[in-house]
Amino acid sequence: MGIEQNFRLAIKSLMSSKVRALLTMLGIIIGVAAVIVITGLGSGMQRMMNEQFEQLGANRIQVNIFGRGGGSRIVDTDDMYQLMEKNPDYLTGVTPYISVRTLVRYGTEEFKRTNVIGVSEDFADMASVFGETLKEGRFIQYLDAARKQNVCVIGSYINETAFNGNGLGQTITLSGTHYRIVGVLEASGDLVEGGGNDYIYIPYTNACTLNGTSEVNLFMFSCPGEDTAAIAKKIISDYLYSVYLSEDYYYVVTSAEMITMMNMMISVMMTVLVAIAAISLLVGGIGIMNIMLVSVSERTREIGIRKSLGAKRRDIRLQFVIEAGTTSAVGGVIGIVLGALVTTVASPILTGMMSGMGGSGSFNASPTAGAVAIAFGVSVGIGVLFGYLPANKAAKLNPIDALRYE
Amino acid sequence: MSALIELNNIYKIYHMGDTSVHALDGVNIEIQKGEFVAIVGQSGSGKSTAMNIIGCLDVPTKGRYRLNGVDVSTMKDDEQAEIRNKMLGFIFQQYNLLPKLSVQENVELSLLYAGVGAAERRRRAMKALQRVGLANKARNMPNQLSGGQQQRVSIARALAGDPSVILADEPTGALDSRTSREVLSFLQELNREGNTIVLITHDNSIAVRAQRIIRLQDGRVIYDGPSDDPKAVVQPSDTDEEVAE
Repeated sequence: MGIEQNFRLAIKSLMSSKVRALLTMLGIIIGVAAVIVITGLGSGMQRMMNEQFEQLGANRIQVNIFGRGGGSRIVDTDDMYQLMEKNPDYLTGVTPYISVRTLVRYGTEEFKRTNVIGVSEDFADMASVFGETLKEGRFIQYLDAARKQNVCVIGSYINETAFNGNGLGQTITLSGTHYRIVGVLEASGDLVEGGGNDYIYIPYTNACTLNGTSEVNLFMFSCPGEDTAAIAKKIISDYLYSVYLSEDYYYVVTSAEMITMMNMMISVMMTVLVAIAAISLLVGGIGIMNIMLVSVSERTREIGIRKSLGAKRRDIRLQFVIEAGTTSAVGGVIGIVLGALVTTVASPILTGMMSGMGGSGSFNASPTAGAVAIAFGVSVGIGVLFGYLPANKAAKLNPIDALRYE
Repeated sequence: MSALIELNNIYKIYHMGDTSVHALDGVNIEIQKGEFVAIVGQSGSGKSTAMNIIGCLDVPTKGRYRLNGVDVSTMKDDEQAEIRNKMLGFIFQQYNLLPKLSVQENVELSLLYAGVGAAERRRRAMKALQRVGLANKARNMPNQLSGGQQQRVSIARALAGDPSVILADEPTGALDSRTSREVLSFLQELNREGNTIVLITHDNSIAVRAQRIIRLQDGRVIYDGPSDDPKAVVQPSDTDEEVAE
């Protein structure tokens, strides 16, 4: 007996008792929908993270220095500059990156979430690595840092909210000191308080003063390309090791590594969630087995008739396996549609939440083709697997007993 | 030439705890091709067991059964299925049509299991339905037909596979007397066309429509002869003296 004949029969049998069929499929529907939603959101998240990192630039190397404490050995900005000059093929720029905790004020307006960062004149060349473009004016220059001039470059958020777009040449107050705005940055993405456009860059020397320490804990290097990033990292690490004689006092990471780490974290998280959802698929499979066992007893007479007409064991087995497979495949398709629907609805809601939390870049979740294919395959597989036991029971029925069954 | 059906010293013994029941107790039956035989007996006489064995639905505990010269008495499940499919056509008391399949699909079933292609299946099914006068109902569902029509569909289903033997198990049991007569006349007609028919019934008035009657009692053949012999229709309760003669 042909597969398509059995398939048609299975569809007919599903249609003849819709509520029961739906309840049978429920476990599969929920499981598949959960997998689709999780993978959809996960890949959306991955995409968003990658976008953000791309904005930051793949050619960036971040150097964290924890130091030994007590100031016995310090690496300062000049050391880093010397290192760069010695390796011009691998290191093209360096800047301290000093986060300043300060109160930003313009008139009576306070900006509590604005990121204030101290940088060197090299930042001008490295700006693209940080995803920043100058809209008007200039960046921080060598003399600004050397003379500790009170100048700053502001992001578009403050420029728009405080100065209506005319911030250049005005002054803004950082911890009570007036800073002249010498440059304004281009907006990228949405203007959100504390977000990607809410930055103020000042000379790093001023930043040290504001923080009350001359120690710099974070440097950013730029390198010519992603392929040489590993060599550049090694140069920096080797130098720092020669200073500290231990790997415990510094941490060097390329942006490519950070992307990899982030992707790995998301993947692990997704795998765990999918594994949990897979339990629901297993339960769904058991549900199908249960109903198929009931169905076999209900249809004992049918099996007897088929056997009397010459159906062999494998004919009966195939019929019930295909019925189980079809049931769970239909459940799988419903689950995929439901999951895609939930993902599509959740995507803009999550985008809203993310940008509310200060993230830039839009969160664009959609079910992945791979997940859809796997979910469908797995649901068919589960049906066939869990349908086999009842089908085998049906196949082994004695034709006489089956025919006499009322 | 050997007989079409050849039951040779057949025993069927059921064990129920300590006691064993001899449903068939050394039965010898030979049926030639083209015969119309009624196997008669009251309930418990062993006629259903005989029908199961002749129909290859069951195997005997002891003895040999040859169908068309092939020993089928020790066959496995799937081998028997093959024999049923190729050589036997069943007509049941309850018609046993599958309610979710159309009339035509029901008739096609045994051809389907025989691996016949779709076009040929349809052709042969329609031919069988024409034979029973129900070609116009091919697309109907079984529950849209009357009892007599349903039984004719089941006859068409039995005919479709072109079997060597048609086994009818109480084919009129669920029908009124007028429809019963129709069905029996039809079976006689099929027999005249050369089909071998084995009819299993408890009803003498139906059995006499066959050419030959085999009467079973307590698992043994107590009469085997032409249906027009007065002895053929004697009730088993008052046969004791007759047999003693």
